[in-house]
Amino acid sequence: MRSCPKLDNGQPLLSVEGLTFCFGARSVLDAVSFSVNEGELLALVGPNGSGKTTLLKSLLGVLKPAAGEVRLHGRHLSTMSRREIATLVGYVPQDSSIHFPITALEFVLQGRFAHGRALGFESNLDVIESHRAMEMTGTLELAGRPVTQLSGGERQRVMVARALAGKPSLLLLDEPAANLDISYQVKTLDLVRSLTAGGKISAVVVTHELNLASEFATTAMMLKAGSVLAHGAPHEVFTEPALNTLFGARLLVDKNPVSGAPRITLVAPDRHVE
Amino acid sequence: MSEGAENISLAIAAVNGRANRLTVGRLARTMAILIGVLILISLVAIAVGSEHVGLNSILSICWSLITGHPASAPTEQVSIIAGVRLPRILTAIVVGAALSVAGAAYQGLLKNPLADPYILGVSTGAAVGAIVATVFAESILVGRPIAAFVGAILTMAAVYGLGYKERGSSSDRLILSGIIINTFLSSVVIFLLTASSGSQLRSIFSWLIGDLSGTPELLPLVVAIVVIGIAVVFLNARSLNLLMIGDQDAQALGVEVWRVRIIMFAAASLITGAVVAKSGVIGFVGLVVPHAVRMVCGSDNRIVIPASGLVGASFLLLADLVARTILSPREIHIGVITALIGAPVFVYLLRRSA
Repeated sequence: MRSCPKLDNGQPLLSVEGLTFCFGARSVLDAVSFSVNEGELLALVGPNGSGKTTLLKSLLGVLKPAAGEVRLHGRHLSTMSRREIATLVGYVPQDSSIHFPITALEFVLQGRFAHGRALGFESNLDVIESHRAMEMTGTLELAGRPVTQLSGGERQRVMVARALAGKPSLLLLDEPAANLDISYQVKTLDLVRSLTAGGKISAVVVTHELNLASEFATTAMMLKAGSVLAHGAPHEVFTEPALNTLFGARLLVDKNPVSGAPRITLVAPDRHVE
Repeated sequence: MSEGAENISLAIAAVNGRANRLTVGRLARTMAILIGVLILISLVAIAVGSEHVGLNSILSICWSLITGHPASAPTEQVSIIAGVRLPRILTAIVVGAALSVAGAAYQGLLKNPLADPYILGVSTGAAVGAIVATVFAESILVGRPIAAFVGAILTMAAVYGLGYKERGSSSDRLILSGIIINTFLSSVVIFLLTASSGSQLRSIFSWLIGDLSGTPELLPLVVAIVVIGIAVVFLNARSLNLLMIGDQDAQALGVEVWRVRIIMFAAASLITGAVVAKSGVIGFVGLVVPHAVRMVCGSDNRIVIPASGLVGASFLLLADLVARTILSPREIHIGVITALIGAPVFVYLLRRSA
């Protein structure tokens, strides 16, 4: 099928080193370094304006960093064409505002753009991969519906399907839980986890849903004012001191009674904690 | 192996059964039908006019034009068909196709179903360019489409600069800035009209409201530009599909967004400039036609672009037929007919998108 560069043993899928980004004089990312291995699901958390989205866009190669580098399969992102990046990285935006009533199938088939020629029509392989992606996300029955008429949850799943249709090695999700009710939040993250658990694909998820991140991610990273505050397994990262520093809010951490993952509880400022 | 092949065909059948996907076959069938319709309307348009010419004579004259053999028809009929009606029909076809393709391209590029060369002011900008070229260098024929192209590009840049917003929907702003710039440029045209001499007056006036008659000198050049421009737009149709969703999505999916956008804006403005230099400002064609095409064929630009070209050609041909027959022997200006159809459609689209 797709020719995929062989990995050297022990080389991470994605490695980020000293990534720095500025908007004018304001520094948004300050020497951020981390790596993501195959099969890893990294949750990126932090308050608004901490640089999460900027980091995600740098990983996508859409924003060019002031300093530092991003490597995918050992190759520098800055040396790759948009098309090459698109065959390796699948991106699920927060929401697409769509003004034209294209069908969900047409939308998902767009995920195959980088695999074909700019002119021309989708090959059988493109159709098969899109079918597979829609099956995985449970969106096959939406195929003929205009995306403009889908609910928020349906559109979210179609966007995940579009990203998966390209068979990426790395999936980037920008707040996939926003605008979704809790059952879809769980379904979306569960789908991403089952994909990464197979080991063929890794994911970076930007989210504000701390409990979702704690429950589903294999690793978590806290960003505060453009710097990494904590990075590691969820139980190492989601601690009361770290969370309280990060958000400046009162949060309690105990254990999820079912999974044992850290459970974060918010506390109103005027409540007394026993 | 055979089981794998069976699974593959099952998957494809499952997808095709659920949604009407655009395939080469569907595109070819649609094109064949639309080309047939265009040929039929063209024949009617050749036959209808103040001088009656029989179908046999028409076919004979057309055949003689292609093969070079002398036609078996009276010489005055040959001169009417070859000298008057055919150039006019070819003009209507080229102008209708160009404005519709430009409209479809602008709509996709601006992510706005209300965009069209006329509403955005691009046509009027092209007219200003063409008029300036006529007033200051009347003898240089090639100068007109070039100046019209420059006018179109500058207007597009101004509308885009005024109306573009980094985030959120910029639809209303774009249309508003188009209207403002259109009004401004119309005043410039009227000023030039007032300041110019009597011999130029009529041609400048016809640029303002559109005119498919007139000298055929520019026609070969305009046809060449439009054919190339439409080809460029069509070759980028798949990228346009992604741009239509959003710049960020398109970039993430592998489109070189700025390269494609500059090429497309240039091509759409070039063909708009060329047809405006030939026939003036004809409104609403670029709005109505792509919209009608999308309602029937879906929103995939690989079919919307070529189908808009063919439907636009038929539409303008038909509108011109109405314009020159309904009050015969007097002629209604073509822009009047297209505006009478186009303005209500614009209102309908505006209400629906609100």
